[in-house]
Amino acid sequence: MDIERSEVIRVTSSEDVVRIRQLVREWAIRSGFNLVEQTKIVTGASEIARNTVNHGGGGTLLVEAVNNGSRRGIRLTFEDKGPGIADLELAMKDGYSTGGGLGLGLGGAKRLSNEFEISSRPGEGTRVRMTRWK
Amino acid sequence: MERIPILKMGEFLLVTIQVDMHDRLALALQDDLTQRIVDTSARGVLIDISALDVVDSFIGRTLGNIAAMSRILDAETVVVGMRPAVAITLVELGLPLHGVRTALDVEKGMGLLRKAVAGRRPGDGYRAQ
Amino acid sequence: MSKLPDVLKRREAGILTEWLRELKQSAGLRGLPPNLEETCRAFLVQLAQASRNGNLTDIGKPEWNEMRHLLEELSVSRARQGDTPSETAGFVFSLKQPLFAAIRDEAKNIEEMAGETWMASRLLDSLGLYTTEVHQKGREDIIQRQQAEMMELSTPVVRLWEGILALPLIGTLDSERTQTVMESLLEKIVETGAAIAIIDITGVPTVDTLVAQHLLKTVAAARLMGADCIISGIRPQIAQTIVHLGVGLGDVITKASMADAFSLALKRSGYSLIRHQPENA
Repeated sequence: MDIERSEVIRVTSSEDVVRIRQLVREWAIRSGFNLVEQTKIVTGASEIARNTVNHGGGGTLLVEAVNNGSRRGIRLTFEDKGPGIADLELAMKDGYSTGGGLGLGLGGAKRLSNEFEISSRPGEGTRVRMTRWK
Repeated sequence: MERIPILKMGEFLLVTIQVDMHDRLALALQDDLTQRIVDTSARGVLIDISALDVVDSFIGRTLGNIAAMSRILDAETVVVGMRPAVAITLVELGLPLHGVRTALDVEKGMGLLRKAVAGRRPGDGYRAQ
Repeated sequence: MSKLPDVLKRREAGILTEWLRELKQSAGLRGLPPNLEETCRAFLVQLAQASRNGNLTDIGKPEWNEMRHLLEELSVSRARQGDTPSETAGFVFSLKQPLFAAIRDEAKNIEEMAGETWMASRLLDSLGLYTTEVHQKGREDIIQRQQAEMMELSTPVVRLWEGILALPLIGTLDSERTQTVMESLLEKIVETGAAIAIIDITGVPTVDTLVAQHLLKTVAAARLMGADCIISGIRPQIAQTIVHLGVGLGDVITKASMADAFSLALKRSGYSLIRHQPENA
């Protein structure tokens, strides 16, 4: 897989979440995604960015325009050094929430991407990587 | 802090969301709207989201909460102008917003509000749904 | 250093005449393509130019850029006329005989002749094969374009009445097509301000789980936008499949026929149908 371009952004406040939505939209447009796909990518990014701010105590987002030879895509990697998630399987379930929400963040973001990886260790932080292909 | 303006039109309140809302702004709108419903004894709330190109689970949930809260306060809520891409994404996200009335545009939304308000019997404020 | 550029320069007119004769002789039923002479002349000019700059074994080199460009245009236009790849490559290969004849006449000795002929043969082979490659790619593009056109043709969203849209689906629905169709339906709802859309699946032979889910998601998305969908024309087998697959249709409105759906849509929009004169009166 080739990485065509990349950029790292801070994710620390709820204003950053809005900024990330706008930035990811621009990246999705430049990679040639149609309107529905753009919206799915941006919405997925918004979900995870919020988690990074609210549960991870802030972190970073790495945006990459990628290419696997035949298809172009966008890969988003969110990383934080927060408390981590003890039970990943439970956290991925719809309706599971510690933040008082509906608990659609992780499961929803997974449904909005083609590839979704999450790794987390209690006390060390969480990393979420999602990719969407054209 | 910036606030989203709420307009009063007769017995209805009209909100047009024109900025990409961060979470605190969405919560502020929820506070302001419920307060204004009580202050003005509004019978209906119309929220125009045609300018929004993203509605994630937090904003979606806030819209649902506003609808549920205003129902308790005896006002109907109609959300109008959701874009197709946003609607498809919300469904994919798993947030079909059952319990929120919707209409294609402000005019149709107003019609729906009038019909809903006219159809309600007095004292029929809260109905479990 | 190859003598090919010199041969081409000195013998250009003769080679061209012979080549055209060759092409006319082997022309098929469709006859000769337009601008044949022009194309041949341009080809010879490029061949002379590129071979003067050196590399005769690798046409991927930059000095062959213009030649490749010429061959690309040729292949694309021939593909459009319906030529087969071998017919297009044959255009290049038919230059061999006149070119070899010219090399033979110009060669000082037999070694030189053999060497130059071998070189020219290999060069024309790779140029001919290149047209085949481009031809194939051109065909693929045509197929893709036609697929896209068919996709559009197969999504006819029609306005039945003020505020009522219909989407008659015909043929097998795969999940990609369903998605495209549904997106265009939702766009049309915004465009026309129609509050009711009828999705008619009378012409759809089978529905699998994925397609059924797409249909349901569309209905849910339309509702979020403020429009209602009615699904009509569900065949008995499809009804059975849906139940067996365990896909809950939930609170989706379904009607057996498009006529039933339309009549419901009219009623919901506040219209009523009245027959003024009884039939056979």
